[in-house]
Amino acid sequence: MKKKVYSSLDEVVADVPDGARVMFGGFGGAGFPNNLIQALVRKGVKNITAISNNCGTRDGELGLMFKHNQIKHVIASFPGPHANHFQERFAAREVTLELVPQGILCERMRAAAAGLQGFYTTVGVGTEVADGKEERVLDGKRCILEMPIHADYAFIKAQKADELGNLTYRLAARNFNPIMAMAANTTIAEAEELVPVGSINPVHVMTPAIFVHRIVQAKGLHYAG
Amino acid sequence: MPDSAVQEKALLDKPRLTREQIAQRAALELPDGAYVNLGWGIPNLIANYLPKEITVYFHSENGILGMGRRARPGEEDYDLIDAMKVPVTLIPGASIFHQADAHLMTRGGHLDVAVLGSFQVSEKGDLANWKIPGAKGSGGIGGAMDIAAGAKKLIVCMEHVARDGAAKIVKKCTYPLTGLACVDTMVTDLAVIDVMSEGLVLREVARGWTPEEVQKLTGAPLTTKGRVPEIHLPRVLPGLLEEK
Repeated sequence: MKKKVYSSLDEVVADVPDGARVMFGGFGGAGFPNNLIQALVRKGVKNITAISNNCGTRDGELGLMFKHNQIKHVIASFPGPHANHFQERFAAREVTLELVPQGILCERMRAAAAGLQGFYTTVGVGTEVADGKEERVLDGKRCILEMPIHADYAFIKAQKADELGNLTYRLAARNFNPIMAMAANTTIAEAEELVPVGSINPVHVMTPAIFVHRIVQAKGLHYAG
Repeated sequence: MPDSAVQEKALLDKPRLTREQIAQRAALELPDGAYVNLGWGIPNLIANYLPKEITVYFHSENGILGMGRRARPGEEDYDLIDAMKVPVTLIPGASIFHQADAHLMTRGGHLDVAVLGSFQVSEKGDLANWKIPGAKGSGGIGGAMDIAAGAKKLIVCMEHVARDGAAKIVKKCTYPLTGLACVDTMVTDLAVIDVMSEGLVLREVARGWTPEEVQKLTGAPLTTKGRVPEIHLPRVLPGLLEEK
């Protein structure tokens, strides 16, 4: 069986090419795969499409990648008040942005994970989010068509991983991580703790191993702000 | 200066509710046992003013139901934060889930009440609260559009007029929209107003204000159903804030 556990952060991201579409878990400072992000920065990949709720906290989280101009397009719901590197690149038109309502961001990724070709929603009807989208009336309500968001990679922050890739998350650091883990071709999890197969109670598994392709152990990093 | 402008200037100088008092009045709209999401700004203050005899389960869009008070110094856990990144605590019976389930709750009509801030609200209940036209930077939607589309009852807490004196309650929003016909009630520093099928109904006015004065600072027609009472705020007991 192919081994999922990697011994180094640089090795686990070594094949991420320029131009890749990458999902990054995390919300408001909790649950960001900061060690994996730093490894991507060291690797120096370019022209990444990033899918993430936020766009960094100063030099933390995705801020580091914007600082080094590695991201060309972002799909996000709330770039954030401390995403200064993103805002500078955005103002200079070095990065483009698709703003998506937060729950719709979740569902578009979940649609990709679930093999669905899209869905209709009332969210965003009559707003600039609806621009260019098909609109129809269902059950008497105006709805717009939202399409799935796929990715080549998902970078996930977990609390515990077993060697098979079953994951648990700590408190509200769960946020986007389980959804993104299901939606990408290759899911890479950085976990605080790596434990033997069988040591996570099956009913406590939050992301089943089938969704996780690579695991690396790393002590989590938080950025204040 | 025309007479009406002089009159409005005088009105703008009259005492109104503070931000805390708006929150205190809005807290009275929450039923016991309700599942509630509080947005940024004034709505976030509401948790401090819940009547002692009721329990409300606060929802956070990053996957928490049953948020308690903010963490005290030394108690902070940065994996347990609210949607404003502030470390919080949990109350007994709390649960944690992922972001898709958190928004399934907002969008799917599972939350009893959501309270949001706003830049403008139209007479039809359209909400414009995520972006100021011409503002620098990217802006951000966050969870506002999902919440606006799905809450069983949406309350807006805001100042009645903008800092420049412009009406925030308008016939038609000129700011970028968050959602159409989604606001049920507005609690401002001057009034409590319900959005009904027949239009905006003035339910209460701030102490010392008349319905006519409130109408002068409102950009859409208000109707009344009989006498309009003044907003009554219960006395806040010292110490209650910290313990809730």
